Amino acid sequence: MTQPSERNSYAAELPSAAAPADTAAFARPSARRLLTLAGIGMILAGMIFGDIFAVFVLHQNAARVGTSLAAAAQAASAGDAAAVGAHFKDTGTFLENRGTKVDTHVHLIAFGYLALMLALAQPWVGLAEVVRRRLAWLLVCGAVLLPVGVFLIHYVGLAYSPLEAIGWASIFADLGGLMVLAATVGYLAGIAQHFRARQPLLPDQLLRDRSAPARWLLTGGLLLILAGFVHGAYYAGVDLYRHEAADYTILAQMSSAAAAQNQAQINQSLAEYGQLQGDKAVKIAAHAHIIEFGLLAMLLAFFQPYVQLCEAWKRRWAAVLLCGSLLLPVCVLMEMKFGLVAGGIADLGGLLVILALLAMWIGILRYTGSIDAMPSGAPSGVPSGVRR
Amino acid sequence: MSARKILMLGGVALAILGMSYGLWYAVFAEHQALDGIGHSLASGFQAAAERNTAAAVSSLLQYREAKYAYDRQVDVHGHWIGLAMLLIVLAIAFDHVGLSEKFKRGLAWALLAGATLFPLGVLLQTWSHGALPRAVAILGSAMVMAALAAVVLGLLRKQAA
Repeated sequence: MTQPSERNSYAAELPSAAAPADTAAFARPSARRLLTLAGIGMILAGMIFGDIFAVFVLHQNAARVGTSLAAAAQAASAGDAAAVGAHFKDTGTFLENRGTKVDTHVHLIAFGYLALMLALAQPWVGLAEVVRRRLAWLLVCGAVLLPVGVFLIHYVGLAYSPLEAIGWASIFADLGGLMVLAATVGYLAGIAQHFRARQPLLPDQLLRDRSAPARWLLTGGLLLILAGFVHGAYYAGVDLYRHEAADYTILAQMSSAAAAQNQAQINQSLAEYGQLQGDKAVKIAAHAHIIEFGLLAMLLAFFQPYVQLCEAWKRRWAAVLLCGSLLLPVCVLMEMKFGLVAGGIADLGGLLVILALLAMWIGILRYTGSIDAMPSGAPSGVPSGVRR
Repeated sequence: MSARKILMLGGVALAILGMSYGLWYAVFAEHQALDGIGHSLASGFQAAAERNTAAAVSSLLQYREAKYAYDRQVDVHGHWIGLAMLLIVLAIAFDHVGLSEKFKRGLAWALLAGATLFPLGVLLQTWSHGALPRAVAILGSAMVMAALAAVVLGLLRKQAA
């Protein structure tokens, strides 16, 4: 718990925090607070999960996929059709393992973004606070249920499932998706209601903030997104169809070589296939990450009034987040050329983003603590930690 | 309709479209598509093991078609939702853009049209390999990029002012 003396020094250090955000809109049970804290929490969890996945699962899994594909090609060369089927079954299992973990990572982060956006959009939602709060809980529960369900698909499989192709984990994941969809539809109805009723928009501190970290994050984030779009367009124009054609051509060559028992050609095709998959993976990962980080930076720009840290540290964390957001995708792109060195620097970029996000989340938690510590008779809009 | 309203309503509607499409795809199509990809690839190599080149080629062609469609259907889901989120964030940020309301309204329509057309063009590629779906996707992405570049300039202009 913060001591009075600490509060004094904190207030003296934090002139910028003396401009409080809309505390009523961020009161203890409000939909905005729930969506903000849960949203950043989900993004953090998704990023940490992604880092763990990248370090401990991704490359090992890719190696297993390559090994089982090589074994299938060798079995085809030896004329053993049954073994080919068995090896491809293994490949399918490894790919499912990888795919479900990527989906867990992606969905957790995407739902975090959605929660943050809906937190920002609360002034436009023409529904009673109690309804908005219930929708927020529905969204958060669905947003956690879906990634957890997807993660479990590989482990639960079809055990005890009433359906032929879909297991219980998939069913719960789909239920989670439906909950998120229902909550989003509810908020859309609320936004439509707001515009239909022509209600005046209440002043919102979050949307008025013009501080340096907010401006950096907003412009920097949009530039990152634009860079990601340009890179995506370049990839679609130059690499996408070439990659798709090469995927088929290499597999066809591998299959023909196996039929002709041409070991040298099989090995060459396997090597080319590995290179192709690596090239595809790094380009898509760079495109996706730079846009996601750009969107994250833009979203965080709006929450700066809630980050109860001194202005200098808010600037530092904004700069760290933008640096990490650029470093990770650029180094991921360089992985094919510079290997593990670039991969290591990319991981460092991811770590910088996680640290900056964590710092901002802690800043927001401090803000909520200040509001909650405020005596009931205190003037509205001034957290206790800030008033002193 | 104000630029902000266009982006906000359009963004949430596009997010719902993307999620509904993803939910439908996950429940009714994805498992079948993945089974089809895996089965055709395995069949290609099993045919090679049996020294049946024609069957191997046919299976791998099926694999190519199935994977082509699967990649695009997943991309459509991801891009619609991603672009929808961008529209909503831009709706909130539009006060920070130092351009006239008329110009901002034009940008908002361009962003919404581009964000709808680009994934739609990608989706149409699963039905037709012709030039039209590709042209729709290119047009959509070009509209989004041009409008975003204008928004960046507007942000910088406001900050300079």
